[in-house]
This record gives sequence, C-alpha cells and structure tokens, in this order.
Amino acid sequence: MTLFKEGKGRTKAPLTPWKKKEKKQLPGVASLDGRWGYPAIAPFFLIFIVFGVAPVIYSIYIAFFKWDPLGESEFNGINNFTFLLQDSDFWIAIRNTFSIWALSTFPQLIIAISLAAILRNKRLKGKSFWRTILLVPNITSIIAITIVFQQLFGRDYGLINGILSLIPGVDNIDFIEGVIPSHIQIATMITWRWVGYNTLIFLASMLAIPDELYESASVDGASKWQQFKYVTLPSLKNTITFVLIVGTIGGLQVFAEPQQLNAEGGSTKQFLTLTLFLYNQAFLNNKYGYAAAIGIAITFIVLIISAINFVITRRISGEGSR
Amino acid sequence: MKRNIPKWQKTSKLHYLMLGLITFLSIFPFYWMFIVSSNTDAEISKTPPSLVPGPRFLEVANKVLSAEGVYFTKALTNTFVVGIAIAVAQVIFSAIAGFAFAKLHFKGRQFSILFIVATMMLPSQLGIVPLFIMANKLNLVNTLYALIVPALVTAFGVFWMRQIIDAQVPNEILEAASIDGASVPRVFWSIVLPSIRQSSFVLGLFAFLAAWNDYLWPTIVLQSPERFTLQVALTQLKPLYGLDYSLQMGGAFLATAPLLILFIFVGRRLVSGVMDGAVKG
Repeated sequence: MTLFKEGKGRTKAPLTPWKKKEKKQLPGVASLDGRWGYPAIAPFFLIFIVFGVAPVIYSIYIAFFKWDPLGESEFNGINNFTFLLQDSDFWIAIRNTFSIWALSTFPQLIIAISLAAILRNKRLKGKSFWRTILLVPNITSIIAITIVFQQLFGRDYGLINGILSLIPGVDNIDFIEGVIPSHIQIATMITWRWVGYNTLIFLASMLAIPDELYESASVDGASKWQQFKYVTLPSLKNTITFVLIVGTIGGLQVFAEPQQLNAEGGSTKQFLTLTLFLYNQAFLNNKYGYAAAIGIAITFIVLIISAINFVITRRISGEGSR
Repeated sequence: MKRNIPKWQKTSKLHYLMLGLITFLSIFPFYWMFIVSSNTDAEISKTPPSLVPGPRFLEVANKVLSAEGVYFTKALTNTFVVGIAIAVAQVIFSAIAGFAFAKLHFKGRQFSILFIVATMMLPSQLGIVPLFIMANKLNLVNTLYALIVPALVTAFGVFWMRQIIDAQVPNEILEAASIDGASVPRVFWSIVLPSIRQSSFVLGLFAFLAAWNDYLWPTIVLQSPERFTLQVALTQLKPLYGLDYSLQMGGAFLATAPLLILFIFVGRRLVSGVMDGAVKG
C-alpha cells in the first residue's frame, strides 16, 4: 500500500486509471476469454476473505461482548465502548500516539524533501550510491534497531547523553521516564527508519518535474530558494498528502518500539501507544471484547483523519492556479 | 573542454557534506551494534566510550547461539522458511489475480478492485484479536503456518501487480497472441510472466523483508521458544542484570547481518521498486 500515491497523480498513471479509460473502452483485452478471470482471482479472494475480511467483521461482533477466551462470553451491549471513552489510559494512548506521530512526521518531511532536492541534481556524483544507502535503515530488523537506540539513549552511559554532557550546564536526560524525552526517543527510531524511504518517494516525484521549469525560472533570475518554493514545492502537494496519510496509518501502528522500552508503556504510561494498549488489553488482560472495541476506535480515527486530509487536499487543489 | 553548467544545476560541497552526514547516521547504528558486542562493558560505559571494535565478538556471538532457552539458529531458519514461503506465495497469487484485473473482461471486476482498495484503508490491528481466535480454532497457534497462511495474499500485492501489468504489458501483444489461438493460461505463462520478472522479484523482496521484520503477530501467535522468529527471539536476550548490552547487541547484529548481505545484492532494485511505485502509482 505504501508505494502508491493518493489522489490525482501528476504523472502518467493516477491511482484510479480505470475510471478514465473506461469512458472510451473497456480496459483489458477483448479477445481474451474473460471467463478465465474467475479462476484467476478465486485463490486470492478465498484467502483474502477468510483471513483479511472475515476478522474485520468478526471483530465488530466481538466488540459487543464481554469476551473471555477461557470461560463463557456474554453480550455486553455498547458497554465496551462507553467504558473505553471513560478509560483514562485510552486518552493517554491517543495523546502519546499523536505526540510521537508529530515528532516523527514533521522532521521527516523537512529532511526528506531537502535530501530529495539535493539528490535531484543531475550533476550529483554517486547518485545511485546515495539512493541505495538511504534505504538501508528501512530494511533492518525492527527489534534490533530498538535495542541499539535504547542503548544509545541510555540515561547514564548512553552515547547521546555523553554528547549532550559536553554542553556545559546540561544534565543527563532520562529518555524513558520523561514524557516528551521518551516520545523523542521513539520518534527518532521511526524517523531513522523511514526518512530515507520517504526521500526516495519525494525524489521520484521531483524527477517528474520538467527541467524547463527550472531553466526558465533560472533565466528569470529566481534564486535557488525561490525555485524551490515556486517550482518544486507546489508539485509535491500530492506526494506530501500521500506521505502524511501513510505516516498516519503507520503512526497508529507503533508497537514494537514502546513495548521494548517497557511492556506497560512506561511507569506512568508515558509512552503507551494505541496499538500497545490494544495488545495489552487483549493478550495480557484477556479482554478480547474490549480490545476489539479499541481496534474499532483506531479504525474510526484513521477514517476521520483520511476524511480531513481529503477535504484539505481538495481545498488546496481547488485554489491551485489551473 | 569545460562545459557550461547551467546555474540551476550546480552542486556545492555542502550537498556532499549533508549526504555524507546522512550516510554516517544510516550506517552508525550497525557499527555501534558491533562495537558494543565486541567490547567489554567497561570499555562502553567509560567517557568517551570506545569507538573501535574490541576482541570479544566471537565470544559474545557464541553466547548468543548457546543462550539458555533461546534457539537462535532455529529462529534464523524459522524466519527464512516463513519469509520465503510468504514471498513466493504472494508473487504467484498476486501475479495471477493482478493479470486478471489488468487484462481480462469479466463481470464483477470493477467491484472487486474497488473492494480491495477500500480494505487497504483498514488498519491491520482491527483484525488481530479475531485472527488469534481463528488461529486457535484452526489449531494453528504456535505453528509457523499461523504466520504463513494469513500472509499468503495481500490486497497491496494484487493491486501493485495490477498496476505493473497494466503499465508493462501492451494490450496489442496479448491481442495478437490470442488471435493466433493462444489460450488465456498460455498467454499468461509465455507473455505476461516473462515481462514482469523484475517486478515480481521486487514484490517478493518486499514481502520477504516485511515477514522478516514482522513482530506484532509473531509475538502473539508463537509461544514456545523453538518456534520463535528472529524478532521474537531477540526480545529474549534482554540483560538480566546490570547494563550489559553485549548479548542483546550481538544478537541484534547477527539478526541484521543476513539482511545487510542481501541488501548489497538487491539494494539497487529495491530503490527502483520504491521509486517506480511512487511515480506510477
């Protein structure tokens, strides 16, 4: 999912190309026997329905029960949901999730766009080397990386506090007990992992901007910064939206990093995230119904954010020059 | 001799400096894993800490492999088995279904595609509790099948393949072949498959990497240490006393090394996979 650009693509093929083509002619090849389509999609659909769609529907059902995996389950009405809205852990988890999301997303956008602007230059040496290096963090084992960063961020002997202590007057920061410091630690892990990937996404859409635009801007006397502001940035609107939506969905799934720092999400739940909250309710407390309700709440949050994003993007493109 | 470089294309030393810094930051954590696992605790906790590899790595690696209750080599095999099974299955199912969605006319096609795209919006945590209940009923809990079976297909894979086949296989060639009397399976096998070999490889790689790094589902569904995948096994190496991270960091290094080696060979292809998807999508 993460590879696709949302909405109207600037380049050849947008997300929903079939809609456009269909007005003229049916997509595909008419002389091929279409009945083969059913056996071709059947194995995929069978597995997809059983393991992809059925659990979603099943979870809506479970959310209305006091579901005990060992004993009897009883119908619980909307109690799971009303309890959830009164559960302070839920609101703490929302706060933490969004704080970590913001601390990782905005630095990432700035770094990734700047790096992509550098990499776009046709005269840059070692292009393919830089691009490849950027993807290295993205392929590494998530737990392994959590282990490394946890050590680097250690309160007493961590390298980061070691560097910070070189600044006079700065005390060692506890990157686990402090609310914001712990969020910074987790956000750093996420940024480290994804910034290179997002750079490549931005680079791909920057390479689609025609050279002539820069040439004429340069002839008109536009500075590098002005070129960036008036040529590059406006063409990245869709990509920025895409990265934000994917980042939000990813942000709501943050689990391994906080769980490795502390299984409970910290002594005062200072870095309990929504997914860790769901996991703990289901698999530590055996409250399946409650956990299912949390899953539904997360889905609602995704839908609301996507809707907001959609409205904003539409408004921006409505204001656009064309 | 000197070509006239347009002003807007000039590079500066600052650019290389920034790229150098990013390269350093991308590589450093791996180097640090090795530093910590090859030095003594004292060397790491002094200020400034040692930044050169020490002599202890083999000893630590040995400890990781023989740690009590941790089956590290077994976890490595488990991870490989699961990753390869998922990668192969996803490529096959996605290619066939993607071909049907890109090139065949059949009733319900449009609706199916919309349905798949819509489900891609749902967060994966939504189904995790019911999936566990289902795995329990199917007696899959604590088996590698529990990791493989739900991941045999993904909506993303099918959608991606549909885009690729749509863009890379011209309709005219398929038309010509079918008019010459080639059946649909024949067309798929001898025309479509050969032209999507590269993309299939990239999709398989992404599936393999995702399986390798998956943690949430394996930690839920696997229970006995000899069934663990690497990510779960790594969490067993927590320091029991003090701040001796060497065991954990050694394990982290051993668990990451295979991916880094793989990356040397396929890194460029992954880069073009990420960038192609971004542009064409």
